[in-house]
Amino acid sequence: MFSFGGGSSLTSVVPDATPAPAAPPGTGTGANAQVLYVFNRGGVCLLYREWHRPLRTLDPTQDQKLMFGLLFSLRSFTAKIDPTTAEKGNLGVPLLPGQGCSFYSFKTNTYKLNFLESPSGIKLILITHPRTGDQRDTLKHIYNLYVEYVVKNPLYAPGTPIKLYRS
Amino acid sequence: MPPLTGPKSGDALFGSVERVNAELFTLTYGAIVRQLLTDLEEVEEVNKQLDQMGYNIGTRLVDEFLAKSNVSRCVDFKETADVIAKLGFKMFLGVTATVTNWDAEGTSCSFVLEDNPLVDFVELPDTCQGLQYCNVLSGVIRGALEMVSMKTEVTWVRDMLRGDDAYEMRVKLTKQVPEEYPYKDDD
Repeated sequence: MFSFGGGSSLTSVVPDATPAPAAPPGTGTGANAQVLYVFNRGGVCLLYREWHRPLRTLDPTQDQKLMFGLLFSLRSFTAKIDPTTAEKGNLGVPLLPGQGCSFYSFKTNTYKLNFLESPSGIKLILITHPRTGDQRDTLKHIYNLYVEYVVKNPLYAPGTPIKLYRS
Repeated sequence: MPPLTGPKSGDALFGSVERVNAELFTLTYGAIVRQLLTDLEEVEEVNKQLDQMGYNIGTRLVDEFLAKSNVSRCVDFKETADVIAKLGFKMFLGVTATVTNWDAEGTSCSFVLEDNPLVDFVELPDTCQGLQYCNVLSGVIRGALEMVSMKTEVTWVRDMLRGDDAYEMRVKLTKQVPEEYPYKDDD
């Protein structure tokens, strides 16, 4: 079991455990994992989990594509406006993985999007309550779980959605 | 905001991963090679198969390496080669390699292994002189680098099993692939 920060809701990310429903946003406890996406470099959504998402306006495939596209563009944008390096290609020119700076979260008034990308192209996206603190360690922990339970699983074919089995 | 920790040292990494008995590892690998020789008969085929097995291992192993080593970027080939030699080899094999013989463009280099746990107890019989016994290692490197968008060619230059004084593999970077937007515009 692993908890996202402190507060009232414990949310499990171990694949075979049942997740506890997250507390609704606005309770201000700052521990609300709401949605989790895992993408690979090819844009395949390996895993999608939601704990609290009252409104769905798009079908899942479109939603995932938009999310991936947002991150893809945002990363190239963040690298472009980086004031500390002079060397950066034109906007829209593809970056090498790990090239330029990277962002790890953005916040709106209703949610916070936490983001981790590994040099091997795995993208982890965790949507939380806007008042949650730094989630980079959490995302690293999830990446470690991905390694332990997915990558090391000999039955898992790389690049396919992760299937969950409950015993 | 606390800064995230940088890459771990090779020793710290080696201490943090699960290990198996070195002799068990060596003998298991030997048994695999032996079995491949029996099954495939041709030494060339065995080399290919070992390389393919290594490649498949490498494409998965890279994630474990990245997750545990805290390495967050591999853009520069020189840096990456150093990381493989000092951290990668240490984490998975318990030895370190030296990176030498850079060419002028900085796109190919050699990993030299003084010590190679795969080959304890091994002697190549006359019938298997063409066997690249450690071909799995070159496959792993090729696979792992491909996952971080570096296409490479890996070849063995020196091999102690053939009477050389060290193990040397030559890694040549052929292409760095930029990230591409994976979806078509119209869907």
